[in-house]
Amino acid sequence: MEDQNILKMKKINQIIFTVALLVLPFLANAQFDGEFIKPRNGRFLLQNATIVTVTKGNIENGSVLISNGKIEAVGKNIPAGDAEVIDCTGYFIYPGLFDGGSRLGLVEVNSVPETQDYAEIGQVTPNMQALVAVNPNSVAIPVTRVSGVTTTLATPSGGLFPGTAALINLNGYTADQMYAGFKGVVLNFPSSARRSTWDRRSDEDIKKEAEKAEKTLNEIWERAVTFNQLKKADAALDYYPEMEQLAKVVAGELPLLVEVNAASDITLAIEWIQSKNVKAILTGVAEGWRVADKIAASKIPVITGPMLSIPTRNSDRFDAAYTNPGKMAKAGVKVVIRSNDAENTRNLPFNAGFAAAYGMGKEEALKAVTINAAEVFGVADRMGSIEQGKDATLFVSTGDPFETKTQIRHVFIDGYRVPMSNRHIKLYQEFLQRSPGLVEN
Amino acid sequence: MKKIIYIIAAILVMGWNSANSQTQKGSVLIKNATVLTVTKGILEDTDVLVENGIIKKIGKGLTASNVTTIDAKGKYVMPGIIDAHSHVALDAVNEGTAPITSEVRMADVIDPYDIGLYRALAGGVTVSHAMHGSANAIGGQNITLKHRYGSGNPDDLIMKDAARTIKFALGENPTRVHGRGNGIQPRSRMGVEAVIRNGFNDAIQYKKTWETYNNALKVKGATPVPPKYSERLQTLVDILDGKIIIHCHSYRADEIYMLINVCREFGITNIVFSHVNEGFKVAPELAAYTMGASVFADWWAYKFEVYYSTAFNAAILTQNGVITSINSDSGELIRHLYHEAGKAQRYGELTDEQTLALITINPAKQLGIADKVGSIEEGKQADLVIFNDHPLSVYAIPQMTFVDGVKYFDINEDPNDMRLRVAATESIEPIFLKEHDHKCMHGVDFFFTNFGRSLFDHEH
Repeated sequence: MEDQNILKMKKINQIIFTVALLVLPFLANAQFDGEFIKPRNGRFLLQNATIVTVTKGNIENGSVLISNGKIEAVGKNIPAGDAEVIDCTGYFIYPGLFDGGSRLGLVEVNSVPETQDYAEIGQVTPNMQALVAVNPNSVAIPVTRVSGVTTTLATPSGGLFPGTAALINLNGYTADQMYAGFKGVVLNFPSSARRSTWDRRSDEDIKKEAEKAEKTLNEIWERAVTFNQLKKADAALDYYPEMEQLAKVVAGELPLLVEVNAASDITLAIEWIQSKNVKAILTGVAEGWRVADKIAASKIPVITGPMLSIPTRNSDRFDAAYTNPGKMAKAGVKVVIRSNDAENTRNLPFNAGFAAAYGMGKEEALKAVTINAAEVFGVADRMGSIEQGKDATLFVSTGDPFETKTQIRHVFIDGYRVPMSNRHIKLYQEFLQRSPGLVEN
Repeated sequence: MKKIIYIIAAILVMGWNSANSQTQKGSVLIKNATVLTVTKGILEDTDVLVENGIIKKIGKGLTASNVTTIDAKGKYVMPGIIDAHSHVALDAVNEGTAPITSEVRMADVIDPYDIGLYRALAGGVTVSHAMHGSANAIGGQNITLKHRYGSGNPDDLIMKDAARTIKFALGENPTRVHGRGNGIQPRSRMGVEAVIRNGFNDAIQYKKTWETYNNALKVKGATPVPPKYSERLQTLVDILDGKIIIHCHSYRADEIYMLINVCREFGITNIVFSHVNEGFKVAPELAAYTMGASVFADWWAYKFEVYYSTAFNAAILTQNGVITSINSDSGELIRHLYHEAGKAQRYGELTDEQTLALITINPAKQLGIADKVGSIEEGKQADLVIFNDHPLSVYAIPQMTFVDGVKYFDINEDPNDMRLRVAATESIEPIFLKEHDHKCMHGVDFFFTNFGRSLFDHEH
């Protein structure tokens, strides 16, 4: 009996050994390296890669020297000096990807109210700061950044003015360390669209609600204008944090992120923005393709997405959401792409891939998640491309980052080399060959 | 007499006509394509001849007369994509009135007008498993659909030669609806196990009662009182007798392991676990005792029971020998299952063949239709998709989709508006910003509302 067990064990060991041999090369190529567990900075030379600078073409067999959080040099034959050399032969270097709108860090488990920090109570809460609610230790952050998405616009949602969004880098232990230099006040423009296919309000009710919201919006705005005038005149003002924040928008210190999706609403929003002479960015813009020329003429930039969503109308062509960014870009609109996701913000590059496939083209889609975003957020002097002097926020991949087959090898954020690991990868490492395996009973 | 023959002949012709019109079957010759057979490798520069809905021949230099010929040079042909978990084309999803509702049939609520069918075809999906929702521990009987979009007759969509299947559900959904919502079992994962176990034991009793009655009938002159018929229990008997495949909504490793044990105890081997986010933790058990797992590519953290998930699930399961498929459970995702499958290459570097199997032959096995669809082989039903690029590339766009050799999607010929009918009440066409209809908890959505509105994307 004992012998039999030993025999059985031997056989199992043999099987495990064979399986291990089979998966060994596959393990070596996986997404993680497990070399280090915390981000570290220093001088790094990424050698012999194809550098996709985005703004200045591609450099074959090029190198990027990272030092003090910045890109110190880009080009060929850069001497390593005391820098740690990372061989990138056969690989590609891209600037870190921007997600133009995400709840990443603002929610941990979607259905658990205790972890939902993206929406406050009240219709007019522009003073709610997304940045203070971003959890730097969210499990979803390392899950996201190994995809090459390094920078997201943490966006609050909810009422008419739900709060102030903030651009964050996906590395750092405090909100200030993560902050990437842009804030904008969110306005949910009065909507004639249904929030979802579950929204069962009557057409009449939707219209009434939109009209009411529009009235409120204009009243609030007038109040903000007055508040700003009084403030400029150094009047003694009561503590009014909502108006303090909106006055900054009136004064042009902060842009307005205008969430708007239905075509007729987009037209109204453009007219409203122009009449108030406010610095604005349109977000959502699901039906932008229907009024692309109007948006282009207004010169208001657009953050749109996700592409991976259904057409807004049943009569629409099946690919309406895929083709939307391409159609707007062709009309001359400056387009940025967003996932509008939280835990799966890592799918941003695939959204860009679909936009590219359905009319936008690879080059324009890449811009939409790099330099266009940096320009729209006013941080293009520091981010959005691989250029000397810019922040060292970039990644190394085996190929086109929009392709699912491509592996991301290294990610740098502000010069910090971040670990290519996260909970998803650790679970893979633990469970690919579970021990003990099957125990017959 | 002659008259009668005429009448009989007329009836026969009519009968033949109606039988024939039930499912349209087509013939087509696809030339010079890269054929991704899934089961028999990749065939370059190859032709596929379809005759009357069946793949007649695969080879080079094929010819056929009186058949539409499509030059697919530079293009890829793959088997029609199969979605093992969908709620597209259903008028209702949940009968959330009892923890066991095995008497309910999704075949009764097919909506052939659902535009979601066409959108799925435009993503290369030819077969979907239209399922009951996840409100009940034992839900309703599902129906496997072929996407023959265009007919107003629900019957035309049913894949008649598919296996019978039923929905089970574990974890948060049944405990929320019945325990928290209605104050009855199950309120916990203990209760879910008990409800299912009690159901099976009731079914065994029920079967015995009928056996006793039937035996009593054999006694000459006996007049036994027949037992009361129960569709609910009879369906459970059919599960125990191996006539129905269970597709079980599940997430956590412990609950998956629980149902594996219950099934083993009752001698049930026809079980597929769906969603099964923590399936990777019990992969050896899934491989040994079940028909596999049907998973999401990367969904996690939308509720607590999926917080400890990994996008490497499909890869771990596949490497452990579990029959694995990737499903949509969504009217949005069903449109790009080829892309969802592709993510198993980002997360676990599966080969092209392993990855394509996730959306073709593997779901076919789980639905009991692998002898009919799921690969490009001679003699199989001609459900085919032509792509302009390799379907696992993010840049791939489906060009044409065939079901039974009939073309239901053509990117270059179809008009923009593909609705079959417009409701008279739809004076202003509604604009939807999100898709919520085709989901597991449809019909019990009041359990998901928070401050009077839904706050999240995924409610599975």
